[in-house]
Amino acid sequence: MSAPSGTLADWRLRLGQSQGALIAVAVFLAMFSLYIANHPAGLTVPVVTTAANKAVLLALVAMAQTLPVLTGGLDLSVGMVFVMTNCLASTIVSGEPWQVALGIVAVLLAGAAAGFVNGAIVVYGRLQPIITTLATGAIYYGIALLLRPVPGGDVDPDLADFMTYTVFGETVPTALVLLLAVVILIWLPFRNSVVGRGCYAVGSSEGAAYMSGVAIGRSRLAAYTLAGLLAGVAGLMLTFVTFSGEASAPIGGTYTLNSIAAVVIGGTSLYGGAGGAIGSIFGAFILRTIDDLLFVFDLPPLWQPLFQGVVLLGAVSLGAARVFRVKNRLELFN
Amino acid sequence: MNDLQRPLPAQATGPATRQAPGPAPAFWQMRGITKRYGGVLALDGVDFACRQGSIHAVLGENGAGKSTLIKIAAGVVAPTAGTLSLEGRTVRFGGPQDAQAEGIVCIFQELSLLPDLSVADNICMTAPPGRFGFIDARAQRRRAEELLARVGCAEVNPLERVKNLPLSRRQMVEIAKALDRRPRLLILDEATSALTAADVEKVYGILRALRQEGLAILYISHRMHEIEQLADTCSVFRNGRHIETFAKGSKSDNEIVRLMIGREYTQVYPPKPTRAAPPTPALAVKRLSWGSRLKDVSLTVGKGEIVGLGGLDGQGQRELLLALFGVLRGVGGTVEIEGRPVKLRSPGTAKAPRHGMALIPEDRKSEGLLLPMSVRDNISMASIGRFTRGLFIDRRRQDARIDEMIRRLAIKIGDPGDPVATLSGGNQQKVVIAKWLMTEARIILLNDPTRGIDVGTKQEIYQLLRGLADAGAAILFYTTDYDELIGCCDRVSIMYAGGIKRALTGPDITEENIVASALNIDLKAGA
Amino acid sequence: MQGLMQAGLKSIDRPVAVAFGFIVVLLLAGSLYSSSFLSANYLLQQLQVAAFLGLISSGVMLVILLGHIDLSIPWLVTVGGMMSTAAAGWWGPEWAIPFGVFCGVVFGLVNGLGVAILRVPSMIFTLGINAVAQGVMVLHTGGFAPQDSATPLMRWLAVERTLLGIPNAVFIWALLGVAIVVMLKKTPLGRYIYAIGNKEGATYLSGVNTRLVIVTCFVLSGMCSALAGVLLAGYSSKGYQAMGDPYLLPAIAAVVLGGTHILGGRGSYLGTVAGVILISLLASILSVMQMPEAGRQIIYGCVIVGMLLVYGRGQRVVG
Repeated sequence: MSAPSGTLADWRLRLGQSQGALIAVAVFLAMFSLYIANHPAGLTVPVVTTAANKAVLLALVAMAQTLPVLTGGLDLSVGMVFVMTNCLASTIVSGEPWQVALGIVAVLLAGAAAGFVNGAIVVYGRLQPIITTLATGAIYYGIALLLRPVPGGDVDPDLADFMTYTVFGETVPTALVLLLAVVILIWLPFRNSVVGRGCYAVGSSEGAAYMSGVAIGRSRLAAYTLAGLLAGVAGLMLTFVTFSGEASAPIGGTYTLNSIAAVVIGGTSLYGGAGGAIGSIFGAFILRTIDDLLFVFDLPPLWQPLFQGVVLLGAVSLGAARVFRVKNRLELFN
Repeated sequence: MNDLQRPLPAQATGPATRQAPGPAPAFWQMRGITKRYGGVLALDGVDFACRQGSIHAVLGENGAGKSTLIKIAAGVVAPTAGTLSLEGRTVRFGGPQDAQAEGIVCIFQELSLLPDLSVADNICMTAPPGRFGFIDARAQRRRAEELLARVGCAEVNPLERVKNLPLSRRQMVEIAKALDRRPRLLILDEATSALTAADVEKVYGILRALRQEGLAILYISHRMHEIEQLADTCSVFRNGRHIETFAKGSKSDNEIVRLMIGREYTQVYPPKPTRAAPPTPALAVKRLSWGSRLKDVSLTVGKGEIVGLGGLDGQGQRELLLALFGVLRGVGGTVEIEGRPVKLRSPGTAKAPRHGMALIPEDRKSEGLLLPMSVRDNISMASIGRFTRGLFIDRRRQDARIDEMIRRLAIKIGDPGDPVATLSGGNQQKVVIAKWLMTEARIILLNDPTRGIDVGTKQEIYQLLRGLADAGAAILFYTTDYDELIGCCDRVSIMYAGGIKRALTGPDITEENIVASALNIDLKAGA
Repeated sequence: MQGLMQAGLKSIDRPVAVAFGFIVVLLLAGSLYSSSFLSANYLLQQLQVAAFLGLISSGVMLVILLGHIDLSIPWLVTVGGMMSTAAAGWWGPEWAIPFGVFCGVVFGLVNGLGVAILRVPSMIFTLGINAVAQGVMVLHTGGFAPQDSATPLMRWLAVERTLLGIPNAVFIWALLGVAIVVMLKKTPLGRYIYAIGNKEGATYLSGVNTRLVIVTCFVLSGMCSALAGVLLAGYSSKGYQAMGDPYLLPAIAAVVLGGTHILGGRGSYLGTVAGVILISLLASILSVMQMPEAGRQIIYGCVIVGMLLVYGRGQRVVG
């Protein structure tokens, strides 16, 4: 006979397998409620919109980071692609509507191109992702500096206003709609595609993937290219939020660090093969809410960086520490 | 039998042509195949052919070239010289997917399953149902269920992650995956080594059915009794050359072994000593338990004794050895060494001179050796502390001992500075053993040390173990080969479901008793 | 067998040879730009600046040999610089250097415990420690630039040249280097480091206390970063915020360009020395050419990728 009680067993399996992401969602909801409850203004449009704008920026970069991580790699240049596309957008996304449209396309292509370069070096050059993306990050930062030696630039004001405010009659922040659109149009199709599944396969076991005839190179290349594209979307959004472009190394570095933390908190394994972008989105939301909570609870600003650092450390340690669950010490080494 | 049979391939030959090496052209032909890896000649001008509708066994020691032969057939590596032809047509493979496109599918010893992905994803990994590059999850699931039923594993949920399945199930999923590729030539490389007895029977059934359907099947195994059950034709390889091909039943076991090792081979096992009194216990295990995998295990190993652990794969033998060596946490019960209770919390503690334990682990490539490092570095790894003067290593003294060890074990190497990855399987295992002999261990645990090792080296290892025992070591030896249990061990404990099912001594150590206990059957006394 | 051995040797020697070759190329290129490039004075000055990077790379190399990575370098360098100058202010100048290094040791210890015992992947744990170290420093300075200044000893070590006109900083680097080479080649710890980098599981099963080795290497890395910070503070006469940030990429790049495999188990200290000199020279040439920061970053990245493509490539995946 077939497997026990069809759909019920299926759903139990599926839930068990998405444990990490579900926990992230639960934690986020709890924290966000705490934030709203303690905010002087409460659940109002400006509060939610501001929170959404900041959170979506990190969520997009975290989604970008998820893809190379699934293949067992890492993209340390993701923050710099974010900054570079921000600078590019502040230069060309303005003017006539057709110029704006073309500018947007160009920015997204630039992000994808950066990702493609990363992927090409990793796949065809056969270099390790860590050192590759560390080096290309410098290149993208240099390009950002070329575009914006000093902070400045501009962006189409109407579009920026639209993207950073709300739709559906002042209820849903546009940023969230953008995020949803990215998930539906990019992440879900990718995950259900042969190439996308190839990424999971490569991360799970590259040797076995090769034996199974998986197109390893193509999957990896796709992962890094899409990562660049998503970072480009984030950079575009940053331009809408800040109305300018800035070639800031600290911002790039912080976003890279936080994207990795978000990926871990969201339940994706750093070793590859398991997890997904949805968990990373909520991991990003959690990180942002922590910042907001610190502000709302009036923590002295001098203590904030330390607190953020400790919380970050604690969160990734909890997510990634395997030592307490393992009874056979040999399993600690992979 | 199967009611989900696929339509027969167009050129299928019926059973009638199965036996005769007749005038029809061979389905799969390899001519003049040579494969060189750097300076090593793995295959030397090999001619090989197999027919449809037959199960063709390939036998040979490790290093004989069997693995290379099938890797070439499966498209994983390309031959240095020679031609491959399928149905008279020359073919060349750029990778496994080319071979699979021609209907040649291989089931390897090291599974090709992705542990983090679901069973359905794995089964349909190579060519999933769907259009425009997307996967039709529902169609994929249906196909997976079909194939799981065909291999007799219908109770496995296709959504389950492969890593959560026991090893035996995983092997069956691997077979299902191979069947999804609709093979015309199916190659199995030690495919039953991880299976339970029941699953082995299922596999035999599947293979016989496939033979009936007209598939050509290549079967590599070290287990003589499997080959006797399944094969129609056997080919023996030795030192990269195809020695002989013959029909089943036309040669005796001894003749076959002689073909394999190329020399006359009389005594298999060194003689066991007779004992006047029971030996002093070196290692005493009392009511050891660990989670659900070990339950109340008690046994003793005396000085100078070789005690065997038997039973089917996965009954707790590996866990027992790891627990004794300090690798597992949360172990209950007592362990006594030379009468003193000890708490071993790490291999470092276990190997310390006051305990003197050693473990030859299951997988030498990932647990026993550091493959890119030199033979010298590997042999010295467990005993560096014995060769220090102050903060520094006394290289001269250490190297002298290493050279001595290499001579003692007759390890065939070019230079002790060579990376250990260049050695053959048998010699690699000798390096692992040498590493532990350097620590002058008094209690030696071995986890299936002769798996995948050629017959000649096995002999040397048996002699070595008996020699160590005669010199006073206590040896606990897990093996999946019941011949070894009978031939080598003074006493045998059979494990079943995490506990010791039965302990056998002296004349009780028979194949009957071992197999019965392994299968949890209580034989009537004197039966 | 012979062939494989020679190939093995080549895989260690080639990157080192290429690195040194590239150093020669850079020196020649620089001399074309300015005639004083090849003067002893200028070269010694280069070595002096390289010494700071050299100290950091030495520590990071050990961690990378293990198969791990230390991304807490930026703020551990800053901790070294700021805590040493602070200690001079609190307790007196003789406490400056010991305390600065001690702080690096403490952070390194936490890194080691997190990676070895909690088994958090080193990438994210050290990133987290970096953030924590930053938080501690922000708290310490109140957000402003620190006012403490370096002790005369720190300045003397970092800036002065004594023996043979060779900068003291270079001597410190050399001493550290010799100690590391001896440790890696002649002590059990060195052997265990390479073994763990190759396969920690097999090393553990050989009875080696792998956790202790890992903790030790992270402590040494933290110590080296902090020591570099101390000397940098001596060089600039005080510590300053984010003084370690420019050193992360160069330190790791120097190790990798020197032939140490990023996944561990392979590499020689000589290669790291070559990598450090190479990167320092490159940075200095770019600054002599008055290349703007944008160009410098791009060239940096391209050079690293380019050189790795020459000799850092991995194996093709086969069954």
